[in-house]
Amino acid sequence: MTETMNAPTPAPDGASTGAPILEVTDLKKHFPIMKGLVRRKVGDVRAVDGISFQIRKGETLGLVGESGCGKSTTGRVILQLDRATEGSVKYEGEELVGKSTSQMRGLRPNMQMVFQDPHASLNPRMTVASIIEEPLIEHRFGDRAERLAWIEELLGLVGLSPTHANRYPHEFSGGQRQRIGIARAIALNPDFVVCDEPIAALDVSIQAQVVNLLERLQDELSLTYLFISHDLSMVRHLADRVAVMYLGRMVELAPVDALYESPQHPYTQALHSAVPVPNPIVEFGRERIILKGDIPSPANPPSGCSFHTRCPIATAECAERVPEWRETNPGHWVACHLV
Amino acid sequence: MRGFWVTVALEESPLSAEAVLDVSGLTTRFSTPDGVVHAVNDVSFELRAGEFLGVVGESGSGKSVTMMSLLKLIPMPPGHIDAGVADFGGDDLLSIDAAALRTIRGGQIGFIFQDPMTSLNPVLTIGKQLCEPVMLHTGADRKAAKARAIELLDLVGIPDAAQRFKNYPHELSGGMRQRVMIAMALACEPKVIIADEPTTALDVTIQAQIIDLVKDLREKLNTAVIWITHDLGVVAGLADRVIVMYGGRIVEQSPVAELYARPEHPYTQGLLNSVPRIDQKGGELTSIPGQPPSLLAEPTGCSFAPRCPHAFDRCLTEIPQLAAIDAAGEHLSACFWDTVEGRERT
Ligand SMILES: Nc1ncnc2c1ncn2[C@@H]1O[C@H](COP(=O)(O)OP(=O)(O)OP(=O)(O)O)[C@@H](O)[C@H]1O
Ligand SMILES: Nc1ncnc2c1ncn2[C@@H]1O[C@H](COP(=O)(O)OP(=O)(O)O)[C@@H](O)[C@H]1O
Ligand code: SF4
Ligand code: SF4
Ligand SMILES: [Mg+2]
Ligand SMILES: [Mg+2]
Repeated sequence: MTETMNAPTPAPDGASTGAPILEVTDLKKHFPIMKGLVRRKVGDVRAVDGISFQIRKGETLGLVGESGCGKSTTGRVILQLDRATEGSVKYEGEELVGKSTSQMRGLRPNMQMVFQDPHASLNPRMTVASIIEEPLIEHRFGDRAERLAWIEELLGLVGLSPTHANRYPHEFSGGQRQRIGIARAIALNPDFVVCDEPIAALDVSIQAQVVNLLERLQDELSLTYLFISHDLSMVRHLADRVAVMYLGRMVELAPVDALYESPQHPYTQALHSAVPVPNPIVEFGRERIILKGDIPSPANPPSGCSFHTRCPIATAECAERVPEWRETNPGHWVACHLV
Repeated sequence: MRGFWVTVALEESPLSAEAVLDVSGLTTRFSTPDGVVHAVNDVSFELRAGEFLGVVGESGSGKSVTMMSLLKLIPMPPGHIDAGVADFGGDDLLSIDAAALRTIRGGQIGFIFQDPMTSLNPVLTIGKQLCEPVMLHTGADRKAAKARAIELLDLVGIPDAAQRFKNYPHELSGGMRQRVMIAMALACEPKVIIADEPTTALDVTIQAQIIDLVKDLREKLNTAVIWITHDLGVVAGLADRVIVMYGGRIVEQSPVAELYARPEHPYTQGLLNSVPRIDQKGGELTSIPGQPPSLLAEPTGCSFAPRCPHAFDRCLTEIPQLAAIDAAGEHLSACFWDTVEGRERT
């Protein structure tokens, strides 16, 4: 089996300053592909296919990559909203993989998620107050009066007004709905929040509002973020370290400046050069790496380095051997034979 | 690429070329159960031969309705075009009869949409869908149309064009479908192509492929292009001139380099300050407070006023008109405040 060949056992990041709050080791999530009348399993979608990394207390780890590369699945499996196929997720040293739903309940308040679509993630029949109150009730937070006082405070924290509490989601704009989702996510005082494309559905002028809010809350509440996004410019703005995924695998992970100023993996380099810069003079002088072809299907990923079908510098070896996930500089991890 | 040179060499640029499309006073509204949506309000602009005109603005600012009104592609009812003239080679697109408009649509003016699946027929092969407009608009026979279709697929970079000719839309990836849409828009060698967020639904490496293709085709074909997007980066690299829309109006219009170097309208300034750049370390993002306007009320003042740092009493009672702010008359802004001088514009 190709996956076991490189069996990436990560050493802790060399340049680590903060202690890890989360340690992910060789994590896999495969979804079965069922076919036919009798629903026979005919294969697997390798949504996440063996990734290892850590997130440190208080940092923002950006997770970037193109559609379908496994970012959301990674976030969901970390929070145990989807069960891992293989591998380990340790939160503050405690193994989460294999925990039952009721065992997870005790940990839930610490780990929360903000979703991409502020329309779909809020129950349209509930008022803002009851949406935020729901997790508080579930985790037996105070009495009703204490809960309402806290909800009022939360609304203030996310830049809404207490008068919004008794309104329904459809009465709000996309940006305001995302604020409600954020208020709900921080209601139980979590330490760790997975933000899955929290600004992707928002207008450009509103994105900055929500990002500034997330940054302010991180400072005020000492939050740790896994910030999932396909917007590389925004990730550069707010992440401390950044991981790049391609077809279920991590191809590069580095402190933000290193990743943007000296990307090492050919895919990261191409991804970078594909992002337009809002400045005509910069755009005029820019060399673009145009990748050939389409992103292959994770149901049938290419052999060896799964990027080899599009990689501008691939060699014969690349189609055969999975490149090892290794630390090329302190804290800078890359999976490529030629780096 | 050309955008930059155009501004450097303002004199002999296509900026002074004749207009192939001249729109003035376009006003489109929708009568809905909630009230009248003032989607497009008194919009005027021209498209010059061979130029690349970028149209930016947030969702709901009226970009699509403006362009779709020109070809009567909006649903009517609830939509109605209440005013305006759109001169296209001597004809007014807004008043010619349906048959004449049909010949222009897909013939002299090609349209590319954000989601190719909505404009491709799922039960016909892409080859058949390409041949149809070719036969309709050029009078070519089946065989000639097929040869032309394969040539077009080849031109837009579809590998094994003769094979792909027989594919159905669902057998292609999103990027390939968008290439087919471009091929269809090019089929009759149109004078004008209107592309409505053609890369918004695509991944960034696929977007780069499409933009590369479009740049290449422009050099070969010399078609005028209107490219609608909300991505200020995409426009920076492609356009000669840019129109910025807000609340159903054009608030600023300028050659591309000038717009990014000296944005005049407070909304454009706010927008440029609120987007991070991949080539720069992050400082503070200055967000624009508040929300985009509802278009349900007839505007009585500047629709940006509730969010504008420079708003003063006049902005609430009078609608600012688009007017030239440079000597060449190329940079236009619709604002009462002169942000450079820091005083009311006279
Ligand atoms: N429940 C599921 N059943 C089957 N396949 C799934 C399921 N969830 C995700 N997948 C597949 O796993 C792969 C990774 O999906 P994922 O949602 O993690 O991607 P992503 O990186 O978040 O993409 P996007 O940028 O589009 O949100 C995709 O091929 C997807 O179709
Ligand atoms: N069929 C329709 N019925 C009612 N309102 C519409 C319709 N189509 C568009 N609108 C409204 O017109 C305004 C401008 O829309 P549009 O031109 O699509 O914006 P965009 O700039 O995002 O392309 C919006 O307020 C939109 O809701
Ligand atoms: S391992 Fe080979 S194919 Fe993969 S990124 Fe490196 S050079 Fe390219
Ligand atoms: S007209 Fe007034 S409110 Fe509108 S943008 Fe100018 S200064 Fe601001
Ligand atoms: Mg996702
Ligand atoms: Mg639109």
